[in-house]
Amino acid sequence: MAETRSEPAPAEAHEQMGFWQQYIFSVDHKIIARQYLFLGLFMGYVGVFLSYVFRWQLAWPGTAAPLWGKVTPSQYYELVTMHGTIMVFFVAMPVLLGAFGNFLIPLMIGARDMAFPRLNMASFWTIFVGTVLLLISFFVPGGASRAGWTQYVPLSDSTLYLPGNYWGGNLWLLAVAIDFASVLMGGINFLTTAIAMRAPGMTVWRMPLLVWMELVASVLFMLSVGPLIAGVVMLLFDRIVGTGFFLPQRGADPLLWQHLFWFFGHPEVYVVAVPGLGIVMEILPVFSRKPIFGYRAIVWSALVAGTLSFIVWAHHMFVSGMNPNLAAPFSATTIAISVPFAVMLFALIATLWRAQITFATPMLFALGALANFLLGGVTGIPLGTDASDIYLHDSYFVIAHFHNTLVPTAVIGGFGGIYYWFPKMFGRMMNETLGKLHFIFTWVGFNLIFIPLFLIGLGGGQRRIYQASVYTYYKPLQPLHVIATIGLLILIIGQLPFIVNFLVSMFRGQQAEANPWHANTLEWMTDSPPPHENFHTIPVVTRGPYDYSVPGMERDWAPQNEELMAAAARN
Amino acid sequence: MSNSDVELVHSPDVFEGSFEIGKLGMWIFLAGETMVFGGLMVCYTLLMISRGGWGADGAHVAWRLGGLNTLVLFTSSLTAALAQGAARARDAAGVRRYLGATALLGLFFLVIKAFEYSSDFGEGFTPGTSLFWSFYYVMTGLHVLHLLAGVVVIFGLRWLIGPHTTDAWLERKLKYVCLYWYFVEMVWIFLFALVYLIPNVG
Repeated sequence: MAETRSEPAPAEAHEQMGFWQQYIFSVDHKIIARQYLFLGLFMGYVGVFLSYVFRWQLAWPGTAAPLWGKVTPSQYYELVTMHGTIMVFFVAMPVLLGAFGNFLIPLMIGARDMAFPRLNMASFWTIFVGTVLLLISFFVPGGASRAGWTQYVPLSDSTLYLPGNYWGGNLWLLAVAIDFASVLMGGINFLTTAIAMRAPGMTVWRMPLLVWMELVASVLFMLSVGPLIAGVVMLLFDRIVGTGFFLPQRGADPLLWQHLFWFFGHPEVYVVAVPGLGIVMEILPVFSRKPIFGYRAIVWSALVAGTLSFIVWAHHMFVSGMNPNLAAPFSATTIAISVPFAVMLFALIATLWRAQITFATPMLFALGALANFLLGGVTGIPLGTDASDIYLHDSYFVIAHFHNTLVPTAVIGGFGGIYYWFPKMFGRMMNETLGKLHFIFTWVGFNLIFIPLFLIGLGGGQRRIYQASVYTYYKPLQPLHVIATIGLLILIIGQLPFIVNFLVSMFRGQQAEANPWHANTLEWMTDSPPPHENFHTIPVVTRGPYDYSVPGMERDWAPQNEELMAAAARN
Repeated sequence: MSNSDVELVHSPDVFEGSFEIGKLGMWIFLAGETMVFGGLMVCYTLLMISRGGWGADGAHVAWRLGGLNTLVLFTSSLTAALAQGAARARDAAGVRRYLGATALLGLFFLVIKAFEYSSDFGEGFTPGTSLFWSFYYVMTGLHVLHLLAGVVVIFGLRWLIGPHTTDAWLERKLKYVCLYWYFVEMVWIFLFALVYLIPNVG
């Protein structure tokens, strides 16, 4: 492998490849990243459509939702299950790791491609198969899985509890296992590439923060998913072969599944959130024209938060019937984990302090992400404390909390990343007016959904109820559900400018320069879009990634590969 | 950051720096694999402790066949190490001979395992019999799949050796394959202790 990598194939050879080799079964990390992006965006809008249908049922129970019809109870549970599954496993991971990680890690560290290009291609086609299986499960007899995105046992364990849901449940487990396998392959590539293939001069403390965050996410994923893969195999055996790993009537402990799921599930939250924050960390300094505040503090915070994330999982299980003595230590670790995140948020806010801020579309999304992630983080504290969680558990407060952590990072941050790197990915600029319109609708719509859901949860509204209006105590909360659904409709309308902007700009947008935002990191030091093998000559890195507005310099940016002599003369 | 940092890091032509990317990738892969088997073993062990052992369930496991298989796998690791030694001595024929022996020993393991499964089934111990047997089949089955993959890869590598392959190439590929093979053997050592020995003692 070593001897083939060090001699780049000439770009002309790449041009001569057939369409299939060049665009479908490509081993070029930039093509694979775009494949991931299209897959993730498509699944994202599928997921949004599902949420539209069940939110219609929540706001106006029993009425026919346009484009769907009346929602039956079993459909409702299929919709909420598949919405969660799709958004976490088939949108957030493919977009944040598959698309941004794949596209940016080699470019940002100055490598010609990933360490294992064929493994990279296999990783995409694996998740593609998983996605197809998951979508097929809507159409099998009995419909898609209805057991919730966490697939708690014994509900998910046997058709005894979910009659007729045999194939839907099996396909869910199979699709998720395949998804995990795909991300594992990606993780091997990410870690190996960033550890071993950095350009000369690219020391670890000169790596852009997004690379750090992708690495933290990969390590977290690779070390946490193993037990859940084992758990998924066990659950599949329970369903198909007739074992009883999780069935209490067979002498097993159903809480075992919850432990396996959340041992993975909590790090998984950071697998999604941390790269999303990484995107924000790249955008903020560029549009503030200031160095990021506390680069090393941010890196150490991410490492500490990642380590702590392995010992907080039982805060999801305070009311599960586990040993109550475990609640205190898990509360303590959970509260402790807010410290590194507070450091990161403080550093990001301090980056904005007295900055010359340009409110371009990527910056608007980054600021929106920062604001809502703060709300999401703060509302996690009452959930991580066992005393208050006993009241709030399984309420809409929880829904609003985790949507305020994952949507700002994965979706709002992700959109910011698309606007920011679109010129590099496609060689053309996106339209600013449509972009700002997209931001306003998305951000206002998002908050209009989830601020009411906080209030519903505080009022005692429980999640996963098909028709809450039949309960008297729930009646005063109903208008809030209507507001939330209107918020969702606003968010959906706001996606039209984005889709138009994305598709039109890809072909008709203004030609992008190599470095349209005047940024420092290496991906901007090559053509837009970068040639096959990324760089004409491998850059030699001489400085950190965030040298903006260095006093005494004529420009307010300093590319990472800027020759030291020239920089010294300017200083 | 000073200018001298530039010299500290490798020259522009060397992508891999001081790391060998294939070996690094294999280690990272094995770290993930460790968590899969580790997760299963921890579940198994915790459930065993919480029930005070497996009782009569565990007494029927065919520990003699398991012990024989342990010896077979030990020997296969020896031949794998000898293949690596032959590669270092630039002895391609020796590599081919020892790799063949390793893969055949792997196949022998699988044959013994098949006999063991069929005799278990014959005695009425199926995956659905009890929690112990569920774990037994899932854990050893997952191991069998890994071993099978190893046998296929070893045969594949042996088949690739030819006049166009260089010694350095062979030594490197052999290192990655053997790393995986030793890992699969390590997993078996833990499985043998957990599934065959401890249930019989307790």
